[in-house]
Amino acid sequence: MENYFTDNPDIQWHFEHLDLEEIVEALEEGYTQAGHYDDAPASYEDAREGYRAVLEMLGAIAAQEIAPLAAEVDREGAHFEDGKVRYAAGTERALKVLRQAGLMAFTLPRRYGGLNFPGVLYTMATEMISQADASLMNLFGLQDIAETIYEFADEPLKEKYLPLFARGEVTGAMILTEPEAGSDLQSVRLKAVEQPDGTWRLYGVKRFITNGCAEVSLVLARSEEGSVDGRGLSMFLVERCPELVVRRIENKLGIHGSPTCELQFNGVPAVLVGQRRLGLIRYVMSLMNGARVAVAAQAVGIAQAAYEEARKYAEKRVQFRKPIIEFPQVYDMLARMKSEIQAARAITYEASRLMDLRRILERRQESSRDPALRTRAKEVSSWTSVLTPMAKAYASEMAVRAAYDAIQIHGGAGYMREFPVERLWRDARITTIYEGTTQLQVIGALGGILSGALSQYLSLKGERDYRPELARLALLAREAREKLASSVTHLKALNDRDYTDYMSRRLVDMACDCLAVHLLLDQAQRDPARLLVAEKFITDAMPRIRMQAEYVAGNERITIEKRAELI
Amino acid sequence: MRIVVLAKQVPDTKNVTGEVMKPDGTLNRAALAAVFNPEDLNALEMALDLKDRYGGEVIVITMGPPRAADILRDALCRGADRVILLSDRRFAGADTLATSYTIAQAITTHLMPFDLIACGRQAIDGDTAQVPPQVAEKLGIPQVTYVVEAIEMSNGRMRLRRDLGRREEIVEAELPLLITVPRTANRPRWPNARRLLKYRHARCGFELEAEARRRRAEVHQVLADLKARGLYIETWGAEEIQADLSRIGLGGSPTKVKKVDSVVLKGRSLRFFPPDDKGIKELVGELIEERTFG
Repeated sequence: MENYFTDNPDIQWHFEHLDLEEIVEALEEGYTQAGHYDDAPASYEDAREGYRAVLEMLGAIAAQEIAPLAAEVDREGAHFEDGKVRYAAGTERALKVLRQAGLMAFTLPRRYGGLNFPGVLYTMATEMISQADASLMNLFGLQDIAETIYEFADEPLKEKYLPLFARGEVTGAMILTEPEAGSDLQSVRLKAVEQPDGTWRLYGVKRFITNGCAEVSLVLARSEEGSVDGRGLSMFLVERCPELVVRRIENKLGIHGSPTCELQFNGVPAVLVGQRRLGLIRYVMSLMNGARVAVAAQAVGIAQAAYEEARKYAEKRVQFRKPIIEFPQVYDMLARMKSEIQAARAITYEASRLMDLRRILERRQESSRDPALRTRAKEVSSWTSVLTPMAKAYASEMAVRAAYDAIQIHGGAGYMREFPVERLWRDARITTIYEGTTQLQVIGALGGILSGALSQYLSLKGERDYRPELARLALLAREAREKLASSVTHLKALNDRDYTDYMSRRLVDMACDCLAVHLLLDQAQRDPARLLVAEKFITDAMPRIRMQAEYVAGNERITIEKRAELI
Repeated sequence: MRIVVLAKQVPDTKNVTGEVMKPDGTLNRAALAAVFNPEDLNALEMALDLKDRYGGEVIVITMGPPRAADILRDALCRGADRVILLSDRRFAGADTLATSYTIAQAITTHLMPFDLIACGRQAIDGDTAQVPPQVAEKLGIPQVTYVVEAIEMSNGRMRLRRDLGRREEIVEAELPLLITVPRTANRPRWPNARRLLKYRHARCGFELEAEARRRRAEVHQVLADLKARGLYIETWGAEEIQADLSRIGLGGSPTKVKKVDSVVLKGRSLRFFPPDDKGIKELVGELIEERTFG
């Protein structure tokens, strides 16, 4: 029986080598939770066994229940009739299975009905669900909304809503985007009006809202009349009600199972979450970071599915009297796909793990004045901030490439609806766009690259004694670090804002390759069996890194200066 | 309402490889993974669904070797309230007569009064489908086979839909009642994650010593702890169910297997009959001669 967890050696490797002891110890409050909850682990080993059992089940559900429904969900899509949204039959079925299996609240604490798992396990789960049906991830992934309520809302709100999320009785939506506020969320206009009794009502229009038909949603709205920037925005919780009208759902290229709604707010009753004015700058930023890791995982899942299809087809398809997998151009595509998937997975899981670590260090810091702890928390926070957008940018762009090549390997057959690769490409395509386009991720990562936070992280990873057979690769990794460092130095010395922005994509691409080089080398150091893929990836990545460094050093300004004539 | 589900751990015949048949044609059980008999999962699902609708408790009982505790843990993870392992060396080698006696005996000694017994239609190893009807006979209760839907339960009666292949029947029967459930009835639910995290620690009587060694504790302490946390799998032998020793195990089994043939149908054993009156007449004649009919 197929199982996306046990059948995937790379996920297995990560699970075996997850460095979670400190995180789990904190989540389980020194394993004292075992005294109160009979599903809580008594030790780290016990916790890991439990994680394995749950992920094994999820891997089976993904492969055996959800994947067989994906093609039909794509064909049928979500429906919009009489002002109401209805999921495709397969989506309903999959949600019922996940609900019954208690998989809709991975990270929520047990007192609200959650599993109290580290976020990185949720990231793995998200990947496997996406491998089965990328559109279902948009509903499975909305667990981040409950997580945001848990992080920032008052206790009464938590007690009211979190158990409903945990039992899967409600789904959520994060309602941010407006027709004139896409990437630029600071210009959100949806109006929040405070009522005499202290409650709020919302007026305006939102669009491109994933699962906008949800029972419980978080909404970004302008609570400070006359304000124009992000500091006038607050976060509100709304329930589905007659004043909240779904005007239409979008007809999209991919992820057909996920309803994308246009919403009209006609005085929707709302409850303020947390403090006024912190809606965008604190809460949505936190929510988005979680969502970015989730989209990275979604992208890795889609790429994995595309790779599996492509390899299967290339082994079977005979042309010129041999299976096409024996032609160098074809096997190179497959080998590249596989090594890049592993690179993206390594970056995504590491970003997710750092996010877990940041959360526990921040909590620990609240009750401590230890300066060493403060330094460490700050350090981990700076790494998380740079790795998160890198994970999203790298994994999503990689997934589009992988799906593109998967169609290419199928030839004409891949262009046809009968094979799943065209759906995978359509589904992959959104991942470079939503939760912040690649271009926004580049902006998000730029700060942490220029500040040296990433270099510091890479040095910690890279400057150590490698096993002798890794000497050559370690040398290449050092070269990659140096290329990145000299590019950063160059840009800082130039101190030319336009040029830095113009080169930012190249710099971030180089940084992503450089990060992956280090993570894969680290894997090879821990396990000789990982050497081959590391070697393949590093061999492919080095010329790219050198090329980008050459671009950055070139001071080419022709596109900036002659853009009017060039475009 | 009390629902008892009869379950069996069986070799995973869906994933048979070459080596699982011994030269004499019997199963080499050691080489096969052991799984929850698929149609017993359908019976469990129907029981859990009835519990969701009408309340009550679901008790799963199995007879088998100690490792059959695996399917009981699985049943707990899927939502069973209580599970019982019937295991005793003296139960070994039982045919359907001795098996149904043992199970019926366990029910009459410990699980009365019950409302419903739900069973899978048949097990994928023996394929006899004989145990559930024999249990019903021994308990003196009505039985309804091939139940694909429990439509309604009220006033001590159940309305059921039976799938008989070419037609369906809606029947009503009085409780207590035994039903058998085929694969087409439903899709069994998966384990629930929180239950899985809890009940993976459940242990049966045979696992107590190993558990005590692992925890470096005394067996009676482990037993008390497991019981207190609802993690003890009740384990009954011949004494616990006051069994008549002459009716259990190999000694209580009149069935004797004379010979096992491994039958593989090949293309040449097929015969085609033309679809006309003459052909049909020939076919019927052949079937009578082969004793398939009559």
